[in-house]
Amino acid sequence: MNIKITPDAAVEMYRTMKLIRRFEEWVTVLVEADEIAGVTHESVGQEAVPVGVCSALRDDDVMTSTHRGHGHIIAKGGAVPYMFSELMGRESGYNKGRGGSMHIADVSLGIYGANGIVTAGMPMACGAAFVFKSRGEDRVAVSFFGDGGVNHGLFHEAMNLAAIWELPAVFICENNQYAITTPIESVVKVPIHTRADSYGMSGESVDGMDVEAVYTATRRAVERARDGGGPSFIECQTYRYVGHYTAERHMKLNYRSEEEIELWRQRDAIEGWAGRLIGQGIWTEDERATVDAAVERELDEAIAIARQAPWPETGSYLDYVYAREYPGFPARGSDL
Amino acid sequence: MRRLRYLQAMNEAYHQEMERDEEIFILGEDIRGNLRGETYGLLDRFGPNRVLDTPISEAAFVGFGTGAAMAGMRPIVQFQIATLIYLAFDQLVNNAAKMRLMMGGQVNIPVTYTVMATGARNGLAGQHADNPYPFFLHAGIKTICPSNAYDAKGLLISAIRENDPVGYFAPAGCLSQRGEVPEAPYAIPLGQGQIKREGTDVTVIAVGQMVGEALKVAESMSSEGISVQVWDPRTLLPLDKEGVCSAVAKTGRAVIYDDANRTCGFAAELSSLLVERVYDELVSPIKRVTRADVPIAFSAPLEQAALPSQVGLANAIRSICG
Ligand SMILES: Cc1ncc(C[n+]2csc(CCOP(=O)(O)OP(=O)(O)O)c2C)c(N)n1
Ligand SMILES: [Mg+2]
Repeated sequence: MNIKITPDAAVEMYRTMKLIRRFEEWVTVLVEADEIAGVTHESVGQEAVPVGVCSALRDDDVMTSTHRGHGHIIAKGGAVPYMFSELMGRESGYNKGRGGSMHIADVSLGIYGANGIVTAGMPMACGAAFVFKSRGEDRVAVSFFGDGGVNHGLFHEAMNLAAIWELPAVFICENNQYAITTPIESVVKVPIHTRADSYGMSGESVDGMDVEAVYTATRRAVERARDGGGPSFIECQTYRYVGHYTAERHMKLNYRSEEEIELWRQRDAIEGWAGRLIGQGIWTEDERATVDAAVERELDEAIAIARQAPWPETGSYLDYVYAREYPGFPARGSDL
Repeated sequence: MRRLRYLQAMNEAYHQEMERDEEIFILGEDIRGNLRGETYGLLDRFGPNRVLDTPISEAAFVGFGTGAAMAGMRPIVQFQIATLIYLAFDQLVNNAAKMRLMMGGQVNIPVTYTVMATGARNGLAGQHADNPYPFFLHAGIKTICPSNAYDAKGLLISAIRENDPVGYFAPAGCLSQRGEVPEAPYAIPLGQGQIKREGTDVTVIAVGQMVGEALKVAESMSSEGISVQVWDPRTLLPLDKEGVCSAVAKTGRAVIYDDANRTCGFAAELSSLLVERVYDELVSPIKRVTRADVPIAFSAPLEQAALPSQVGLANAIRSICG
């Protein structure tokens, strides 16, 4: 299969990567300013993975995301005003302020949720894929997870389920080389993508700093899944330039060197892609500047909207637990 | 006396116990990376065989601890966040907790589970804010919840020396708090609660980070002419039943202030214990001020509404001391 990216699509890939990068940089600023609470995991450096993957999906395909999920959500069509509103805990956020950074979801966009538990989305993607398959729909379910996830029991159980039932699922391992402070090579003995073999599933490793490589591999996997060819596994070699979570800026962890970070920065996916488009004459510096400015405006406006957005009503804290409620449930914390 | 943070007190207990007994080793996620401070210096002092960074494999590393215990060691298994115990539930409940009886007492399982940052606050949201010790209690696993730095050290030492599985829940809200901590090792026996403040009108039984809050409420209620006693169970299983009964019998009133879910929670258990044992001494109904039975929402006003609060505690006290 010869997979071509049209100039428009190429520019859109750039725009989305840039939007993710700048979104994440804003998250850091807003966390530091106490405008966003909780724990936030930025994906700065990894943008080519969600963009490459989601560019190969249709709107009606679904995906599960992780604690480092902002990029996945933007790439799957998430709107940044609703994301910032969620991160600021507002009623107008994607999850009505109930979820926050680690749980953003929009089921109507096929986003079955970021997730705070490593690999928790993998079996869910299998379940969704099973439904598509059994209804005869050619939709695909994608699951993102990190390198740290590949040692979890759920990883292995989900991979096997997808393989034995030949599910239209695509597993995307974002290998950013670390699980918090733990280097992947200290906890895995084989190249990660080779694990797919043991489940009878196609597996490959791609340069996760190259959006085209990620896109091409995902397109192939998605086509295979749509055609009834079963699941695939793609390991994307990537890197986060920033800490595991925002708070790491203020912690003295030394699990990696500045030199290592710098080496990866030199392979930056966004700069690399812009350079290629301009080098090939598809694009000009001016056009790039226009896109960049539009991204800044979009984020400025989204943050302004979120800042004005209303907070949830305190009295609504018992809402949304059950689809059907019974008197006295869920129990309040006091009988007064 | 020296003042240490709760996490430093835990760190000192780890060092002193590992120094004392070579059979003790510690494992978990990012132990060497030392995210919070409680595992500081362990790798340098005790080396990679006694300080293990595990893969993200909670069920496996709990079972690993059980096996190592059967083979004669005394593992400390650390959970980076409290809700990760759910990932290992079978290994904890169905295996570690039952093994001794099922084998007719052939083995002891001297494992300590340090469950970090339980009951987190400020936007940790649905999957990172639980206070899951009632699950341990229900499964019959010995359970500790130290409320201050002094207890943190003394109870960690006892937990490590205990010959059974012990869950040690370190409350998020206590971890950076300082208190007086003697340098020499000391063990606080399991099953000994403590009156943290004497009072005559009502006994507040508070768990973990609720203890500090209860002390503040007690202080402020004295201006209303209500004398509040605060009792800290420190260990939930074994529970100091004598201690709590005599503390409550003295005041005739009890409010249980617990940041775990309400239904089948620790407060529910304690409440029925008090009814069974000191009913005749009670002059008013027992009140529970707990978490609501909801997943904790991310947004601050919703989080606050679902959690037990000092205002809620004060209202409960007033409602029975009027
Ligand atoms: C099952 C589980 N174990 C542990 C954690 C705590 N934790 C949160 S993120 C993380 C590291 C995940 O690493 P990786 O999967 O490589 O993703 P990355 O953070 O690198 O994107 C850990 C251990 C968790 N959330 N879930
Ligand atoms: Mg990783």
